[in-house]
Amino acid sequence: MTKHDLRGLTRRQLLSRSLAAGALAVTGAGFIAAPNAAWAVEVTVITPDQMATILQMARDIYPHDQVPDQFYAVAVKGYDSEYHKALVAEGVAALDAAAKAAGFDSYLAAGWEEDRVKLLQSIETTPFFQTVRAGLVTGLYNQKEVWPIFGYQGESFSQGGYIERGFNDIDWL
Amino acid sequence: MVAKFDLNDDQVVVIIGTGAGGGVLANELAQKGVKVVALEAGGRYMPEDFINDEWESFGQLAWTDARTTSGSWRVAKDFAGLPAWIVKAVGGTTTHWAGASIRFQDHEWKALTTYGAVEGANLLDWPIDGAEMAPWYEKAETKLGVTRTGDRPGLPGNNNYLVFEKGAKALGYKEVHTGRMAINSRDYDDRMSCQQTGFCFQGCKWGAKWSSAYTDIPRGEATGNLEVRDRAHVARILHDDTGKVTGVEYFDKDGALQMQKARIVCVAGNSFESPRLLLNSASSMFPQGLANSSGMVGKNYMRHTTGSVYAIFDKPVHMWRGTTMAGIVQDEARHDPSRGFVGGYELETLSLGLPFMAAFLNPGGWGRGFTTALDHYENMAGMWIVGEDMPQLGNGVTLSETKDQHGLPVANVNFDDHPNDVAMRNHAYKQGIAMYEAVGATRAFPTPPYPSTHNLGTNRMSEKPEDGVVNKWGQTHDIANLFVSDGSQFTTGASENPTLTIVALAIRQADHIASEMAAGTI
Repeated sequence: MTKHDLRGLTRRQLLSRSLAAGALAVTGAGFIAAPNAAWAVEVTVITPDQMATILQMARDIYPHDQVPDQFYAVAVKGYDSEYHKALVAEGVAALDAAAKAAGFDSYLAAGWEEDRVKLLQSIETTPFFQTVRAGLVTGLYNQKEVWPIFGYQGESFSQGGYIERGFNDIDWL
Repeated sequence: MVAKFDLNDDQVVVIIGTGAGGGVLANELAQKGVKVVALEAGGRYMPEDFINDEWESFGQLAWTDARTTSGSWRVAKDFAGLPAWIVKAVGGTTTHWAGASIRFQDHEWKALTTYGAVEGANLLDWPIDGAEMAPWYEKAETKLGVTRTGDRPGLPGNNNYLVFEKGAKALGYKEVHTGRMAINSRDYDDRMSCQQTGFCFQGCKWGAKWSSAYTDIPRGEATGNLEVRDRAHVARILHDDTGKVTGVEYFDKDGALQMQKARIVCVAGNSFESPRLLLNSASSMFPQGLANSSGMVGKNYMRHTTGSVYAIFDKPVHMWRGTTMAGIVQDEARHDPSRGFVGGYELETLSLGLPFMAAFLNPGGWGRGFTTALDHYENMAGMWIVGEDMPQLGNGVTLSETKDQHGLPVANVNFDDHPNDVAMRNHAYKQGIAMYEAVGATRAFPTPPYPSTHNLGTNRMSEKPEDGVVNKWGQTHDIANLFVSDGSQFTTGASENPTLTIVALAIRQADHIASEMAAGTI
């Protein structure tokens, strides 16, 4: 399900074409990618800047420092669609307008999470913010690959449950 | 062996819904030789079909047909189209329930007498009491194989329970144990014992937890007296010009409208769908809906005063391992107005997987206040509050402007907390947090109520016809051959999880219906 598609772009190319945007990078050619080239997301409908903004929003809405970007990218890549195009364009424009009013060049240009969170709070009741936030609840936390990062073990039926695998193994009480 | 009855057979009893009420009633009648057609809106899923994945299982089992909400309850804001987390499947919510099976306390049958009139509440005594119900409770406990009743031992406590128990005892609570559960602690009634797998809410893949889907329903079918039609959505109950019901119209699995004749109709679609069906069955003779001369159909909706407390510790708990509802504190279930509210509440362990914890811990919440809680998911313990809430005339089900896939008005569910509910919930939050702090919790979360699982009271039982919809047998006051067989007949909610009482009432109702049929009175 994860789209780690680098489409032949070399790490050096990615780095040379990237514009620093927090942990993310806009490559300028229909991709956004991690600066270390660990992953990339192709965009065909919305702009790379818009996708980078949504990705940063995802990290700021549900920040888990131990969860790599690629899981957030999976959670939001669906916004690259005709269905979401107008919502994204208007929403990102409004967020960047709020950023400019607060003295930043853009939402992405605000370096501190604390500042970006204030900008998000100013658009919290908009359909754009609510759509992105609600989508993340399942989009991020329902990825089975994310569960081990939180220690969650998922189903146990296939292993016979926990009756002999620690259902009552607490040792610190 | 499985029966097939003709649509024009006007001697069958038609039961609408196959959960704790309808499923049990269907089997009990079939065992007595009564011919039954059970119509179930959902599909049929067996333990091998259940999915141990929270969202995927939700998609398989939950009732997600349209409903609307109103009122000041937070569910109306956070889950506007999902007032309840209940099931659309053969077996109804007995696939999803946690299994807690506790009897009402004697005084809870007489809430108005015990508590006195409470301003803003529409309290009423049940027309039955603990002595009347005791033998039916015993039959229900035997059917469900309830632990700590009869000679059945309790379940072992999991990690979540061990934290909960230690905190409870530190606070001086005495009635603390692993619950009276319809989950086998040893093999019983052809069902195996609990394997501590978790996912009790997603349907027990071992069949260790009782569900009518794989006990009463197939046993009823084996008599040759029960036909279950799944994916049959009842649209309307029909009556003749004497005011007796004569059958039901339903949409079959292909969406075609069918009409099944009936000698008796029993409604067991839960506290939303049952009143909705009675209201949608309005006619020129009954313009306010069937059995609604009192105006009480859809009123007095109760959902229990709920909420959860989750807490984080500095070491792992792994609360999801094992039985979801693994233990109980009953000390606060007493009626003691010195606490600032009437009635009482139970505290019961609960856990959610990571996906549902993200959805329910603080719906709508975001930012580090929220995510640092989930970061310590492994170190989390959890409990659920279930307390008696006040019946109120303004809380309930009305027909919505919204239509379902069949063009029928859906249920709108309106709810406001009563001040007594709020006082009780706040007390329970404080006690739950204190329990966990006594074990060293570093942070606690008073979590708001989920979409309702205990839905009660919208066709309530009353001695006088003007106070409620059904009499002490669940028979509607207005129409002799129309019964209500689910939790909507609850006069008051008591502080206990309702399933055992629904089952006991269904067994008792089957006995009554069969003897009245034999006597020729209905």
